[in-house]
Amino acid sequence: MNPVEQQDSGPAAEARGRNPADAATLSLFGEPAGETSRAAARGKSAPASAKAPPAKPASGKAPAKNGKAAAPDRPGKAESKGAGKPGKSISKPPAREKAAEAPAKTARGKGKPPSPADAAPGSKPADAPKRTRTAPPAQEELEQAAPPKPVKGARKRVTAHEMAANQREISISEFFTKNRHLLGFDNPIKSLLTTVKEAVDNSLDACEEAGILPSIKIEIDPGAAEDRFRITVTDNGPGIVRQQIPKIFGKLLYGSKFHRLKQSRGQQGIGISAAGMYGQLTTGQPVDVVSRTGDKQPAHHFVVQMDMVKNNPVILKDETIEWKDGEDLLAKPIPHGTRVSIELQGLYRGGRQSVEGYVEQTAIANPHARFSYRNPRGETFEYERAANELPPEAREIKPHPHGVELGILIKKLESTDARNMRGFLSNDFSRVSPRAAEEICKAAGVSPDSQPKKVRREGAEALYQAINKTKLMAPPTNCLSPIGEEQLMAGLRQQVKADFYTARTRPPSVYRGNPFLVEVALAYGGEQPADELIQLVRFANRVPLLYQQSACAVYKSAVQVAWKNYQLQQSKGALPSGPLTLAVHIASVWVPFTSESKEAIAHYPEIIKEMKLAMQECGRELGIYLRKQRRMADEMKKRGYIEKYIPHIGESLEQILKLGKPERERTEENLHEVLSRSRKM
Amino acid sequence: MSEVTINSKLDQITIESIEKVARQVYDKINRLSKPVMDFPVRSLQNVKYDTRRGYFEMGRHKKQRTLTVNTVKTFAQTLRMMALSKELVVTNDFATKRDAYYQSKNWGEAMFHEQDESDTVMDDIEAMFSLHGVSREELRFLPEEHGGAVGGELIVYDRDRETGETIEIDCTRFGSGAYSIPKRVDHLGFKTSAKFILAIETGGVFDRLQYHKFWKKMNCIIIGMGGVPSRACRRFVRRLSDEMKIPVYAFVDCDPYGISNIYRTLKVGSGNAAHINQFFCVPQARYLGVTPEDIRRYKLPTHPLKDVDIKRARDALKNDPFFHVHKKWADAMEDLINMGVRAEQQALAKWGLNFVIDEYLPAKIANPGQFLP
Repeated sequence: MNPVEQQDSGPAAEARGRNPADAATLSLFGEPAGETSRAAARGKSAPASAKAPPAKPASGKAPAKNGKAAAPDRPGKAESKGAGKPGKSISKPPAREKAAEAPAKTARGKGKPPSPADAAPGSKPADAPKRTRTAPPAQEELEQAAPPKPVKGARKRVTAHEMAANQREISISEFFTKNRHLLGFDNPIKSLLTTVKEAVDNSLDACEEAGILPSIKIEIDPGAAEDRFRITVTDNGPGIVRQQIPKIFGKLLYGSKFHRLKQSRGQQGIGISAAGMYGQLTTGQPVDVVSRTGDKQPAHHFVVQMDMVKNNPVILKDETIEWKDGEDLLAKPIPHGTRVSIELQGLYRGGRQSVEGYVEQTAIANPHARFSYRNPRGETFEYERAANELPPEAREIKPHPHGVELGILIKKLESTDARNMRGFLSNDFSRVSPRAAEEICKAAGVSPDSQPKKVRREGAEALYQAINKTKLMAPPTNCLSPIGEEQLMAGLRQQVKADFYTARTRPPSVYRGNPFLVEVALAYGGEQPADELIQLVRFANRVPLLYQQSACAVYKSAVQVAWKNYQLQQSKGALPSGPLTLAVHIASVWVPFTSESKEAIAHYPEIIKEMKLAMQECGRELGIYLRKQRRMADEMKKRGYIEKYIPHIGESLEQILKLGKPERERTEENLHEVLSRSRKM
Repeated sequence: MSEVTINSKLDQITIESIEKVARQVYDKINRLSKPVMDFPVRSLQNVKYDTRRGYFEMGRHKKQRTLTVNTVKTFAQTLRMMALSKELVVTNDFATKRDAYYQSKNWGEAMFHEQDESDTVMDDIEAMFSLHGVSREELRFLPEEHGGAVGGELIVYDRDRETGETIEIDCTRFGSGAYSIPKRVDHLGFKTSAKFILAIETGGVFDRLQYHKFWKKMNCIIIGMGGVPSRACRRFVRRLSDEMKIPVYAFVDCDPYGISNIYRTLKVGSGNAAHINQFFCVPQARYLGVTPEDIRRYKLPTHPLKDVDIKRARDALKNDPFFHVHKKWADAMEDLINMGVRAEQQALAKWGLNFVIDEYLPAKIANPGQFLP
């Protein structure tokens, strides 16, 4: 495989840059190649770019012939399939990550906006071959240059040149459009929920980081058409400084949470802008944002559209407004906070997997937050605070070496400020003493004094193996912020009316170098249906997980616990049944989801073990309670029994022995006396 | 033999027994102690084979059911059932198990929800009153099984329910039918000059003998049991034999089922229902045929014994006190197992349809000493 695209994409990007008009009209499937190529140009990223040999004339020829000047001095980052493989097995996984990350890291909001005019479907020549992603000019060129077409009937062979013509960078927005299910936009119902979820998650994270008790208002209003809705989420958070507003809402993968290892709801910096993008894709409407950082500050109102091609915000409106709570002119001005409003195509439904269910469960896991929710029918639901204390703030930690994957390790080797390996290992990771660092270096066969960047090229894999062979202290666990038994129970109490509550927070544990802890709370009885399977409520870092229950480690753990020991009925391989809500929370600096849509937790044995232990501990409490209940019920039943059957005995004796009424009554009284004497509660 | 009149004192005994049990309960309650009911222990440990009387008998062990919170419902139901029984006796009526179950629907909370429950209570009452010498039939809880058919020179005295008049039933006058044994037989009276009773397993042979008035020829009473004899049938044969002082001969198929179920049940009753055997067995019965020896002598057509038959036979030989007591039977059973075949009564038809009437039975009856015990 020739790593030719490096050259190819450079000129292509250049060429696109000259067609801004096309870009505007055909932007939906556009390709913001510019970002990544610039990132590469600055020598910061992909191995491909670093190692790539100079362009091969064959491919360079294509753009040139098209009259679009090649820029041989501009090394583009090779992104597309195959091209990015410099023959090393290790380069594939990081390639994607970098693709995602690079723009976030390097975005500057300036620079040449390259446009993929020629990539848009509408501009495809009619005779273009089936492979739809072909850039037509290059294709023509290559076909001429390529060996003669194979004879009809023989199996068609595609040459490396032809392939090269199809190998192009994939833009984030393009990726999103094709893979929106990965981000939770698979269907209209879920899209509505995901949008609310992303906005609320951001609000909660921001409030907590700023030490504010969150008050969040969620409104879903019917939109212009039946399948359109406007979602507005308002919080009392710290607000966003004016300059950041457009980027946060108008740029995918722009955020503060990705580059740190800290327990938080959001992680990627993709959520809210993806929601905005979805809205724009389906309704054409921009995102509307109001934010204020303090009562001395003005409130800023922005209307931001996304340039899907460049992954850049386009500001349609930027003004200062009086921001007040509610319609009333006398309403209190909001001192600080943010309001985001997105119109999108969706479908509104009630039920557990809906916005209602989400808000309700969020309220359970965030008892310190207050929620107000208005559904499209205009019904408002209030979820009051169940606790007036903020949870202890989660602390950021450095990654533990045992939790670091090879790709991340390579990247860290590259980006570290440390001058030697000793420093790199002990400063950039947690729990590596200088001594342990030397041990690792020895095992990896590198000198502790060598430069990390050199090691990256030669010994990364050996280093990775050495790290995993070396015994290290478990990572610090004080970085986790549990909800807490009391608070979790308070949250549950607020949302589920039951007779019995209990909760357990397990001590922190570690999976693959990542600290985590599990909390379980349960609510039994009340008006919950007794003959159905229990309700399982799952949380990861306080965010409810509504989909893919049976794929989740929580489900697996719940199924594996022998609930019969705790007086519940349970069929083999199923959840127990009974009037029970079981809430399970996992807090971790990195929650291992089975997919990007964050719906199910992966089945790590350490996690399942902790979950089962927590469930068993709660189960024991439940068992004790239920046994006591049963004893009481038995006793009451027996007392009722006596009352019920004594008259029958009296009547039978009356019939057989022809008793008179007084005799009968006396007999019944005496019998009551005899039977009650032995009963004690 | 003088005419025996109908026993009308029976009902008096029944009522007294019921009242006695109820009175005990009543007295206990009013002495502020927990009332108790006595039941025979019905486990097999408490069942004995009485060699002198020749049947299974309940031992002396009793269990007491005390009225407690846990038993209050059953206690109430038992007393309800007893009250029903008394009412049935007084009104000279009867109830089947199913009837009793439906009657309970008037009892409010004490009603039965399934017939199983009412059957259990009824079985308990039956066991309890067996201690008083009162059978279920006398409590007027009648089974629904078919009673059995009677032919021969026999007068049965029964009572007309409406008029109270005594009715004479002449068992010779049923034409091509036969007298059907009623469910309750204890009050019946008999008159006969017959010399013996022939109890027959199959309807087919009974019909042949009845059709050809075999009873006239041999001066006997024939009874068709139709498989395992019902309680009423056994009680009828027992009373008829006891009161008329005539022997009982059994004529059944020669196979482990015919011997160890039908004949043995007729003669000694069953271990499961030991508490009622005193009423329902016929210890004086003797086995006329078909014997294993008959198979050889008459060269009867046979069928091979099935595995279940052999198993049943071996099991009986090993565990059944009947075979332990009657050595001859053990030998005969052994013989049959070794032959590995069985023969039905009707196999005699090989020698002619009426061979059984003309040859087989007369030859057998001429020589009762040859019968198996």
